[in-house]
Amino acid sequence: MPIAIVPFGQLEPAGDNLAHIVAADLESSGRFTPLPEAQMPERPAPPDAVNFPVWQSAGQEHVVTGRVSPGVDGAPYAAEFVLYDAIRGNQLLAEQIPFKTSEARHTAHRIADRIYQQLTGERGFFNTRIAYVTAAGVGKSRTYRLSVADVDGQNAREIMASPEPIMSPAWSPDGKRMAYVSFEERAAAIFVQNLATGERRKVSDAPGINGAPAWSPDGSTLALTLSKDGSPDIYTLDLASGSLRRLTRDDSIETEANWSPDGRSLVITSDRGGKPQLYLLPASGGEAQRLTYEGEYNARGVFAPDGRSLALVHGGTGGFRIAVLDLGTREVKPLSQGPLDESPAFAPNGRAILYLRKDAPGEPLAWVSTDGKTRRKLPVRGGEVRGAAWSP
Amino acid sequence: MRARTGWLTGLMITVMLGGCAARGGKQVDQAGAAARAGPTGGARAGHYPGADAYGGRATGRDNLTGGPLAQRVIYFAYDSDEILAASQPVVIAHAEYLAARGERRAVLEGHADERGTAEYNIALGERRAKSVERLLRLQGVGGDQLRILSYGEEKPAVSGHEESSWQQNRRVEIVYSDQ
Repeated sequence: MPIAIVPFGQLEPAGDNLAHIVAADLESSGRFTPLPEAQMPERPAPPDAVNFPVWQSAGQEHVVTGRVSPGVDGAPYAAEFVLYDAIRGNQLLAEQIPFKTSEARHTAHRIADRIYQQLTGERGFFNTRIAYVTAAGVGKSRTYRLSVADVDGQNAREIMASPEPIMSPAWSPDGKRMAYVSFEERAAAIFVQNLATGERRKVSDAPGINGAPAWSPDGSTLALTLSKDGSPDIYTLDLASGSLRRLTRDDSIETEANWSPDGRSLVITSDRGGKPQLYLLPASGGEAQRLTYEGEYNARGVFAPDGRSLALVHGGTGGFRIAVLDLGTREVKPLSQGPLDESPAFAPNGRAILYLRKDAPGEPLAWVSTDGKTRRKLPVRGGEVRGAAWSP
Repeated sequence: MRARTGWLTGLMITVMLGGCAARGGKQVDQAGAAARAGPTGGARAGHYPGADAYGGRATGRDNLTGGPLAQRVIYFAYDSDEILAASQPVVIAHAEYLAARGERRAVLEGHADERGTAEYNIALGERRAKSVERLLRLQGVGGDQLRILSYGEEKPAVSGHEESSWQQNRRVEIVYSDQ
């Protein structure tokens, strides 16, 4: 839908144009078409009145005006914004957000979230974060880094670095902790790290594979892949008691578990049929039900937040693309172009899927709206990206 | 990035090995002809030493940097744990060495090319390392001499995004513990 984000008035912290960030966020959702600044008929800022007829003539349904002013209660700045319905000529939202210079981008993302929620009725995801692993250098100078950044790729912060591989970051449901695989001890182990304090705990270092950690929806349990009893199988680990439970007992590969939002089942990758395909496994254990038949390679299934569909890596020797599997119709719909896409992760509102593009240096991360209409490529520095996750 | 040199392209015949190979056989490389131009190491075929080369008369440091033992990388077909025929003599040479030197320890590091998902590739790398382990054990190497470690696609030997790179990344590296 058309929307105009008028450049915010005065006192903007250098380098961060809040209106531009808000417009870019809304545009990237695929649901808004922000009006280019050059085509704006006027540039009011609060408390200026808005001349609705000129915006209607410019084809606009909504107008946002804003202003950055000196803050109150210790914050150096306050961002004030007003969202108008340009057709009816009334005010839909008016808020003031105090912030520090370093929070300017987050403030713009919060404004975009508020506008998005007001106009779509759904939670926005512009103020969420992504985690990803990069690898740079070769041989002994190779370094793996786990970082967290804003969902537009900015404000990257390093969580952990190692000369040995780091894999499969997974956010806890409350967004406060991260589980990941690290080879720092020249063997695979799974760690859980507190993001605020940096404190971390090794939760699994069984002989063989310790991989693919996935949080249960209540945050109490990790599903993981262990090969200590033979071939890779799915286990659950109760984080409080440390008790381990084996869910699969097959000679084939079973890995990449992901919990359904209701916690009753897990989607897993298994090659018990000869090729990797997705199966649905009851969380209580028992028979797995095959979900995918189309294509010779379907792996890394992850549930949409509403539990009605899965994002997955779909492909074969012709290429690997991110696709969505409708659990009702069992239809598989590819969303990305490939040929080397992987690591799908849903936005917390289910409207977009983050994924990794292995053959795209410079912009190795992207997200695509689940209707396939919009794509946003994210700049990532620090080498090739090897795994990604979207915060709750 | 093409650090590995000396590959001679030759006729490649895949050889199935052990129990898991039957599974692998059903997964024979779909990449077809492309993979068949893969690493062959043909020049070394037939040059591995007889069992007596490392018998009781081995003295002092073993020469792991020259001769057949200098080659420590074993190659595989796509999505498969079948050891390529050209890599089989490499495994045999190390099997004879390890069987004769029961105190030596080695890590079998399994790797995969970048296609497909990272965690599935960890599983595939482990399956490849186990395939090598199985062959080594069949030649008399003790289970306590070997450890398996899969890095999946996380430590590529070369970094390209095409078959000529991928075939060099589908590998198991034999890493001796004191090196």
